[in-house]
Amino acid sequence: MSTTSVMGGVVKRREDPALIQGKGIYVDDVKEVGMLYMAFTRSPYAHARIKSIDSSMASTMPGVVAIYTIDDVRALGPLLAQVPIGKLRPLLADGVVNHVGEAVVLVVAESPAQAEDAAEAVQVDYEPMKAVVDLKEAASNKVKVHDDLDSNVLHSWTYHGYWDALGLESQKPKIEAAKQRDDAIVISQEMINQRLIPVAIEPRSVMAIWNGGYERFIVQSSSQIPHALSGAIAKTFGLAANAVHVVAPEVGGGFGCKLNVYNDEILACFAAKELGRPVKWTEGRREAANSTIQGRGWVATATLVGTKDGEILGYEIEGLADMGAYSQNFTVAIPLLGLWVASGQYTFPTHFQIDCVVTNTMTTDAYRGAGRPEAIYYLERIIDMYAHQIGMDPLEVRKKNYWKPDQFPAQMGCGFSLDSGNYEASVDALVEKAGYAGLRDMQEKARAEGRLVGVGVSSYVEVCGFGPAVLAEIGFSWANYGLPASFNGSGLVRVNPDGTATVLIGTGPSGQGHQTTWAQIVSGGLGIPIENIKVFHGDTAESPMGVGTFGSRSIAVDGAATHNATAKIRDKAAKIVAHLLEASEEDIVFADGQAHVTGSPEKSASWADIAKAAYQSHIAPPGMESGLEAHGCFSPGNATWPFGTHLAVVEVDPETGNVTLLKYVGADDCGNVINPMIVDGQIHGGIAQGVGQALFEDSIYDKEGNCLTTSLVDYIIPTAADLPLFDLTRTVTPSPVNPLGVKGIGEAGTIASAQTIVNAVVDALTPLGVKHIDMPLRPRRVWEAIQDAAGHRDPRSIAKS
Amino acid sequence: MHVSVTVNGRVVGGDVDARTLLVHFLRENLNLTGTHIGCESSYCGACTVLVNGVSTKSCTMLAVQAEGATIITIEGLAQNGDLHPVQEGFWERHGLQCGFCTPGMIMSAVGLLEQNSNPTEDEIRHGIEGNLCRCTGYHNIVKAIEYAAAKMRGETPAPAEWEVSV
Repeated sequence: MSTTSVMGGVVKRREDPALIQGKGIYVDDVKEVGMLYMAFTRSPYAHARIKSIDSSMASTMPGVVAIYTIDDVRALGPLLAQVPIGKLRPLLADGVVNHVGEAVVLVVAESPAQAEDAAEAVQVDYEPMKAVVDLKEAASNKVKVHDDLDSNVLHSWTYHGYWDALGLESQKPKIEAAKQRDDAIVISQEMINQRLIPVAIEPRSVMAIWNGGYERFIVQSSSQIPHALSGAIAKTFGLAANAVHVVAPEVGGGFGCKLNVYNDEILACFAAKELGRPVKWTEGRREAANSTIQGRGWVATATLVGTKDGEILGYEIEGLADMGAYSQNFTVAIPLLGLWVASGQYTFPTHFQIDCVVTNTMTTDAYRGAGRPEAIYYLERIIDMYAHQIGMDPLEVRKKNYWKPDQFPAQMGCGFSLDSGNYEASVDALVEKAGYAGLRDMQEKARAEGRLVGVGVSSYVEVCGFGPAVLAEIGFSWANYGLPASFNGSGLVRVNPDGTATVLIGTGPSGQGHQTTWAQIVSGGLGIPIENIKVFHGDTAESPMGVGTFGSRSIAVDGAATHNATAKIRDKAAKIVAHLLEASEEDIVFADGQAHVTGSPEKSASWADIAKAAYQSHIAPPGMESGLEAHGCFSPGNATWPFGTHLAVVEVDPETGNVTLLKYVGADDCGNVINPMIVDGQIHGGIAQGVGQALFEDSIYDKEGNCLTTSLVDYIIPTAADLPLFDLTRTVTPSPVNPLGVKGIGEAGTIASAQTIVNAVVDALTPLGVKHIDMPLRPRRVWEAIQDAAGHRDPRSIAKS
Repeated sequence: MHVSVTVNGRVVGGDVDARTLLVHFLRENLNLTGTHIGCESSYCGACTVLVNGVSTKSCTMLAVQAEGATIITIEGLAQNGDLHPVQEGFWERHGLQCGFCTPGMIMSAVGLLEQNSNPTEDEIRHGIEGNLCRCTGYHNIVKAIEYAAAKMRGETPAPAEWEVSV
């Protein structure tokens, strides 16, 4: 196998044989001798004082081993957070409950059913208080969520205020000046980017063991951040870093919801230590709505200033983001990710202000895209409204305002620079793949027949590959979990004595195929055949330090680090081969699974020959240290900035408001591609989640703070029957930020797609006068918009859901 | 209560509560953990197995209801080390990412292809709409099932998208 075809070629996934035969081991599959199970008594109120807790009946029930309240765990402190702005979550409710489903009492029993039965039998007496759920009402501070916080508004993110060291100025005066121009067209729209529930199909699960002899925790968790969890457990229990061993085995989807340290993980450790027995907990699906973070939840107004010719003079977004009741890992920092991409692919001045607001709801945090889908949604929706208003093709408007290829790296108003880009080429690829002109013709014909067909587009940029070490200066600090503060990547490559390679990485994948892609990186670097390479991840005892898999960072940071490790091994191997073959080190080349001397292919050494020498001093070059392994590190100087433009064709049924997605086309650029099959798969899944937000998904709370969409009956995610095949194309603009030239791709599809769908639906309804509909575009909402635009909505439908 | 069933060709039995679901019996009593639990409302389909040849969500059935039944789980699909064509299709066409929905999705597809050996894309999509996947957007699952259907009909599957595109 040649080294060149390995990188950039399709390699079937190494993960799959286990997973397709039911041999993958997820946390809930693990059983230990003497294992106990946890269940929680959860609050039925969104805001209440706890007057008393009576667990006397529960404690006598069959199988119950222990019952704990905050009094038992208060000394451990609240749940740690990386960005600790706001109120941190107590491990169990402490005197008050602040959202429905907050864990109040922990029950440990011999079986899951016994634990749940007993948790239901715990009597908690509450004194209900007024809850606040609506974002604007919460921001008004008429009802306070937390007595001990000055305001429900925790923080305000703006260009000029987020990082003093950059000395950035507000661009609002420029935009205000533009509004005063005689030729200015100003368009403004308030829009809701609704709350979502992540719904990884594997519910979260944790199993903790306390080894009292060695005073050490061994924890398995369905986590994207095993090292951070390990650090948080050590810090919480006052242990050394080497006294906690965390393993994330197979993880059944993450999408950001497993990018948190949760109170149940800490409590499983606590109970295991107290009771001296292994303790497991697996969340229920309905429980998950209130025990696992949710995402999105913005209400904001987008305003655009432009000329009638399509020149955009400025853009601003101002609004509120829902934090939920408690701050967990990144909670308050999520809108900052939106700030960084607020100006999208465009050169115009941008003003961004998102205020972070606490409410009596479950915590929000990173859900696939995390702040970036929200920001791009507002930008690309308002650009579309502007294009419609001035009667210009939406792709033309966008192209007119892009950064041009010769402007990279492009310095944005937010202080970061876009690493590389060629935005017009991406649009050209989309236009060709989609047959754009033909689609517009088709749309006209359909309209002539009275059908409501729409074509929607959206461009996007993403910030990912976290990240630059300087982020620690603005509050993203893993030090809060007892780890080094910054986000560096690492990878350890070991060539074994038989010439095979073992690769250890500190990522925490949940389906991204790292075992395959990393084998390609190492095979590409060393020429060792892929089948002789095994990759292990997610185990803090065997992996080098890592911060996990999130923010589309793994390949751009840990992948680059692993690539660097192969370079170190190749250097050492070249010395060994030169010695073995009595050649000059500079003449050694690695190809086809072996090393040979340039121009003399008959003089060669296999990796087994090289390794045999490396591990035996009497064969190795004199004085060389034994062994053949290297630890590579990488600290990126910038994030990476993937980009693209997507297109959707929809048809709306005027009688029912039902939206059918007829066609979906994506043009994406994530720099160099290592495995196109895996990259396309990431885009497919990302698109599906954006379509889900656009058409179906909605985490609905009532005024009392009850989440009404806790089951999959009520919270609708796309099925196979809801989606078409996706037509993908790509351009390749390598990133200069890392040695592989790669950019992340895990979230791009989600960032691109929701507004692509909404733009298409609004395009379909434009002849009727519809300008905007808030997501999700379920039939009733679309039908009502059609009726409203026609001015004859049936009064019976006015009662809104 | 005692329940006796044939699972993956072996007659097995066990004592269960009346409320024990078939999925819990498979996972906890028989240690067949390839069958997964993803929800508690019979919507996600991660627990799908074949009961008397029909794809069935094993969280909607009590263990005692399965008395005397013949059950095939994901662990029993490959024969003598050879993957079932549906398993092969999922591997060949990247029909899985995290793998959690995969056993149920595969069993559902096996059930579908037993009823319809040459399904259209639309029939595949409706045939598996009781199984939720959050990773793949279903694109490659459809391709995987098309691959398996062709194989099971004795035909050569269409080449993968990455084999035909530039």
